[in-house]
Amino acid sequence: MAPAARGAGGDLKILYWQAPTILNPHQAGGTKDNDASRLMIEPMAAYGPDGKPIAVLAAEIPTVANGGVSKDLTTVTWKLKPGLKWSDGSAFSSADVVFSWTYRCDKDSATTTFSKCADVASVKASDPNTAVVTYTAPNANFYLWGVGSTEGILQQTQFKDCVGTKAKDCPANLKPIGTGPYKLVEFKPGDVTTYDINPNYRDANKPYFKTVTLKGGGDAESAARAVCQTGDIDYGWNLNVPLSVLQPMLSAADSKCQFPISYNALERVTLNFANPDAALGAKRSEPDTKHPYLSDIHVRRALAMASNRAQIAEKQYGKPGGEAYCNVAVFPRSKNTDSLDVCKYDLAAAEKELQDNGWVKGTDGIRAKGNVKLVISYITTTSAIRQNNQQILKADWEKIGFKVNISNSIADTFFTNTAPDGYAKFFADLQEFASSQDPDATDFMDSNYTCANVTGQANNWNNGNTGRYCNPDYDAVIKSLKAETDQAKRDALVIQANDILVKDVAVISLVNRTAPTANGFAKTLKGVKQSPFESSLYDIADWSK
Amino acid sequence: MGRFVARRLLVAIPTLLAISFVMYAILALAPIDPLAGFAADPRVPPEVRENIRRSLGLDEAWPYRYVKWLLAAVQGNFGISFVSRSSVSDLLWQRLPTTLAVVGVAYIVGVIIALPAGILSAARRNTVTDHVISLSAYIGFSVPTFFTGVLLIIIFSIKLHWLTFLYDSRVTVHDLDSLVVQIKQSIMPIAVLGLFDAAILTRYIRASMLENLPLDYVRTAHAKGLAERLVVLRHVLRNSLIPVVTLVALGVPAVFGGAIVTEQIFHVPGIGALLITSIGNGDTPVVTAVVLIFAVLVVGFNLIADVLYAVLDPRVKYT
Repeated sequence: MAPAARGAGGDLKILYWQAPTILNPHQAGGTKDNDASRLMIEPMAAYGPDGKPIAVLAAEIPTVANGGVSKDLTTVTWKLKPGLKWSDGSAFSSADVVFSWTYRCDKDSATTTFSKCADVASVKASDPNTAVVTYTAPNANFYLWGVGSTEGILQQTQFKDCVGTKAKDCPANLKPIGTGPYKLVEFKPGDVTTYDINPNYRDANKPYFKTVTLKGGGDAESAARAVCQTGDIDYGWNLNVPLSVLQPMLSAADSKCQFPISYNALERVTLNFANPDAALGAKRSEPDTKHPYLSDIHVRRALAMASNRAQIAEKQYGKPGGEAYCNVAVFPRSKNTDSLDVCKYDLAAAEKELQDNGWVKGTDGIRAKGNVKLVISYITTTSAIRQNNQQILKADWEKIGFKVNISNSIADTFFTNTAPDGYAKFFADLQEFASSQDPDATDFMDSNYTCANVTGQANNWNNGNTGRYCNPDYDAVIKSLKAETDQAKRDALVIQANDILVKDVAVISLVNRTAPTANGFAKTLKGVKQSPFESSLYDIADWSK
Repeated sequence: MGRFVARRLLVAIPTLLAISFVMYAILALAPIDPLAGFAADPRVPPEVRENIRRSLGLDEAWPYRYVKWLLAAVQGNFGISFVSRSSVSDLLWQRLPTTLAVVGVAYIVGVIIALPAGILSAARRNTVTDHVISLSAYIGFSVPTFFTGVLLIIIFSIKLHWLTFLYDSRVTVHDLDSLVVQIKQSIMPIAVLGLFDAAILTRYIRASMLENLPLDYVRTAHAKGLAERLVVLRHVLRNSLIPVVTLVALGVPAVFGGAIVTEQIFHVPGIGALLITSIGNGDTPVVTAVVLIFAVLVVGFNLIADVLYAVLDPRVKYT
């Protein structure tokens, strides 16, 4: 196919039902902001659909083989594409790369992308076209800095007076100059963003669309209508609507939309290993307490075997939404768990597991052992899909002798470390939510499931291990993983850690959801290659009609 | 009268202070968090969130923050939005034209429909005309706007493809074509809101007219041999409008508060949409500014309504 002519397309219409409010990726309040800035602000490289880096500002991807990565895995040398220009016509150089690191890693700048700064000792410019990243220790995940949607490079000239405490209300946050395919025309926070082609964009044949209008606001359902039914919109972000609403729009004869699929957001039920009993007062759900029945592996196994993942995936998410999933790590994917009993839906086996291990039915139909009754409190965020998931699981679990009390709290409350019905305090037995993972699973597996990251009063409920799961065998595997530099061995360790969690039922995975989000595209739109690790708009320069 | 206004203005100050304090306290004590969106995002770990929270000044005790905020707000400075890091006043000014163009116009449309409908309904009491108008009004305010809004979208956008439900705030009316575009994109939200307002006002106007119709002065006017039309329009209407004018004045602040549900349905970037997303984002500087301005307008228009009452009705005297 001949390359499409630059600017031959008219206006590309995009709808985000969460409206962007800021255009600096390092101050982004969420995906919406990151995406809206990505048309302008670019990283050194992007994570492709397979998790492998694709050069963006870099001339090539540094590897050990091409000498870009030092043999001890501490320094990475990034060569820039020659002749790069900012959209205002000024030259792009490695000084901008160094500046972006200084800006982002100044603690007072309070950037949302600060977390990687701890691993990076320095970023230096060895010449105007070369930036050298030095990690504090050998780092097998050597694309940590520079690759992905959090790694945008800002223009030094524009942001030099915005470092530190001045970063907070810097005017440049709302009108950044970038290197990407588009430049900003107008930005109304919370409403609409308009872009025009960047005349200095490096690829003479791209982008195809002359202008982009990114409208924000409304709700997911009407966004789906605008893409699939009226065709007013070419791309609708995160059309996370109940399948009963979405499916008729997709299967209608005159449906105007398509859903490219890529999965990486683990919808899971976290089990509380601490005791959430209100009678404990301040000790409630503290890590040194023990859950009366979820500490029993047989109870956990019974719950897992009585969880109908296939039904949830099919009825609730459908193909545009996700796939049934039993693993914890998404990349790499363990095959060992396919044959495990805890991954198979089998009510009879689940019931037998309880019966054989002393959990007997009382006159009220609820199983108990001594004075411990299998009464579960199960919380999630207020959402039609999640509340239906609760109903499906509750029905099956009650069939085998649990009593399940379901509740929900709005996402803004749920995802806090302050609310009693929040996920961090976790004053319930089970809770359900989702999150995505990096191409390298180390951080996810560490922060969510190791003893050191158990959350509680001591760390103001700021740690990531909300289930208070603690298993020395698992910790040992994660410790080796953090030290291992050989990629094949790392993959094996991730799988080993994954298998421990699945077999021990540390968590009940349900569905591997579409990532980055369930985005709907006009059928007429071509060249879209969604990557589960990237901003939905990372490849907008390649889109055409 | 002057003394009355002065006294009311003085009373308004502690009222507004109390409102601002209660609102600030509720927001400060509610478990809303501007960084909640990051909670399940491993790329933004807790210590980074804490640092951002500190940079936004959220680590200080809320009574202290309240005093700081109040002192700035009195001078018209509502601070910086947590999520867009731009001045809250700028955000509000950006939303105001759209809000007035949709919610304000809808209110005017509502009044324009309600006046003749209410008069006609009362003058033709217990006729078919009255029944039709009363029934329509009854349906109008019983059916919620989120229902009528979606209904209009399904009919006019999805089935007929005549109108868009994506409001574009960048449209400026400068010629006939742009006027058509503006009408096409705003007619549905204006219809939904306007008919709702009209339904409520119609019932008030009708009731007010009916109170006046049996009075002696009306009988006198009839006895003098005045035409029915003149009696209704010149005598009854003028007296009936006194409570209605105050009612309309009291409804004006709501225009500036926007229409949360309708704005959301039609993607209208008005103040209502700003308020609801700001609540969702935990963007308290925006929420407090909108609520405070709303409170000032309510107190202000209450005063205006009282003053109007005295102006229109010579029997009412404030001392």
